[in-house]
Amino acid sequence: MTLLELRNVHRTFEKDKQTIPVLQDINLSIDTNEVICLVGESGCGKTTTGKIIAGLLNQTSGEVLIDGRPREAYKGSEAKALRRAFQIVHQDPFASLNPAHTVEQVLRFPLRRHHMVKDRNALRRRIWELLTMVDLTPPGDLVNKYPHQLSGGQRQRVSIARTLTVMPRLIVADEAVSMVDVSIRIGILKMLRRLRSELGMSIVFITHDLALAKYFAWDGRIAVMYLGRIVEIGRTPDVIMNPAHPYTRALLAAVPEADPDVTRRKKPMPLRSDEIPRLTAIPHGCAFHPRCPFFVEGVCDTHVPELGQAPGHPQQVACTPLVRDGALRPLETV
Amino acid sequence: MTSDNRKVVLSVRDLDVTYLARRGRVQAVKNVSFDLHEGETLAFIGESGCGKSTLNLALIRTLPKTGKIDRGSVVYTPRDGKSIDVLSLSKRGMQRFLWSEMSMVFQGALNSLNPVIRIADMIYDTAAAHGMSRRDAERTIHELFEKVRLDGQRVFRSYPHELSGGMRQRVLLATALMLRPQIVIMDEPTTAVDILTQRSILDSLKTLRAEMNFSIIFISHDLAVAAEIADRIATMYAGEIVEMGPVEEVFYRPRHAYTLSLLDAAPHLSTADEELESIPGSPPDLIEPPPGCKFHPRCRFATETCATIPPPFVAVPDHADHGVACYESETVLATKRKFSRA
Repeated sequence: MTLLELRNVHRTFEKDKQTIPVLQDINLSIDTNEVICLVGESGCGKTTTGKIIAGLLNQTSGEVLIDGRPREAYKGSEAKALRRAFQIVHQDPFASLNPAHTVEQVLRFPLRRHHMVKDRNALRRRIWELLTMVDLTPPGDLVNKYPHQLSGGQRQRVSIARTLTVMPRLIVADEAVSMVDVSIRIGILKMLRRLRSELGMSIVFITHDLALAKYFAWDGRIAVMYLGRIVEIGRTPDVIMNPAHPYTRALLAAVPEADPDVTRRKKPMPLRSDEIPRLTAIPHGCAFHPRCPFFVEGVCDTHVPELGQAPGHPQQVACTPLVRDGALRPLETV
Repeated sequence: MTSDNRKVVLSVRDLDVTYLARRGRVQAVKNVSFDLHEGETLAFIGESGCGKSTLNLALIRTLPKTGKIDRGSVVYTPRDGKSIDVLSLSKRGMQRFLWSEMSMVFQGALNSLNPVIRIADMIYDTAAAHGMSRRDAERTIHELFEKVRLDGQRVFRSYPHELSGGMRQRVLLATALMLRPQIVIMDEPTTAVDILTQRSILDSLKTLRAEMNFSIIFISHDLAVAAEIADRIATMYAGEIVEMGPVEEVFYRPRHAYTLSLLDAAPHLSTADEELESIPGSPPDLIEPPPGCKFHPRCRFATETCATIPPPFVAVPDHADHGVACYESETVLATKRKFSRA
């Protein structure tokens, strides 16, 4: 069942009297209980997309539909319920928790404010239950602690418990484990996966780390973004194991792997340019064309590619030569 | 590849570094010994707080005021062969030593570049401090800029803020090599940059290393980058080197429970649906570290001995270049073999 849909969503920001197109023509639907990863390099628009999904930012144009109705059509108590239904976990657990509030306070405020509990006993029970859900056990050891007394991993678990106070239908996790140590990361991801299946939530997982995206969303989908557009989207195994878009291929070829033989045998994909264009000067046609080794003159620099299907790839890809002609031209050997 | 018969350029012995904190002494680096060979890349891996960055600051003697080297020696052998005791160099001697013999590239290039002077002036200043003429400096740096794929003419006249993060990181790399040092210390040099930029920096680095044959001390929490760039790996935990050996040995035949745990927690792109394990607990308190092996409270193989007597760092039988401080190293190896898909 579709929970949320972005239709032709655009978003611009004004800076120094310039209009910067941060998101262009985003179409994305998210089902109940689905996990979807947004991946891409800095400035690709993944965080802006996440904020629009979470309802923290409005689109400049286009529609955000929730249960089939535009977000703006929800009023009064319905709008409040919507606010609760979409939550976000930020990257930096040092910045997202108030240093003067104990763990108990962090969880108590939203529970009270949104009348999620009837009385004191229920409040206490619920706080205990939430801390147990995020594997912060025994809860008694933690409720009276301040953020500075917790490790980065514990803090991130408290942030997640806080989003759960209002029983969300969807959580946006924006680089939620990027600042957490390698050994702790996997524990938090496993917990998020468990919560997703136990609570039936959807998760939008935003990351620049492809290996982590692959691990977390193996049974979900991945959307690859570049300069404000989705360039490839599909089931995770299809996108990662058999990428279609030249940009996705370049990313996958570029990532080092934690295996000496594999990483040293990887074939690099030489780009025509190393520099990412500025958002104020997005190239015409396909935004990737100045860097793309498969660039076709007169096609890629004039046509804005639309998402479509390429032969041999079940996923959707925005690449004119692939979708229209069915193949990329062979790479010139340098 | 055994690096044993190559010349040793840096020899570190029994290094202890502590920080003074309100609660007591923080044992940040303990008993660290290693040799760095000519042209070799030695990567230190481990999580935040394991002491890898402190070790690097101690080597270039830029510890914060609260930090102190309590014990140990750092001996550097220059190209002309006469050894230098780095820890007893005067302030002036240290200034001359840095950049010309040993240089560094840090994470977050914006903090390493002076925002109010142009790249050109930084280059001239560095050259002047080491008795290199402006003309030589310009010629050398332009050659290096070309090798790291920078538009030299533009970059030379720019202020740091006019360059992208990847460009700044490449400027630092080129500057670090300008005086042809034998050793470059790199602390998370590609951590704050995007994937494609990281790729291009790693490729430039590999090309330069092959041409100029400098040695690298590479510090990273990223196992994948270490797997690609390192000849040897040193795993650090709670201030100590717990395992050190050739990269293939450490990745494919790890002998320390902590190394194995790190490997088990790293996702791989090329493996389909994979099982990963996190390490229970959190890193130890370095003011009052646990007795015995410092990893034992988080270790699935720990025995009573592990909890009481610190394991000695010993060579693996028949592998003189692979050392480990773990009583259960055979069990660790057997576990790795059992679960590896290879």
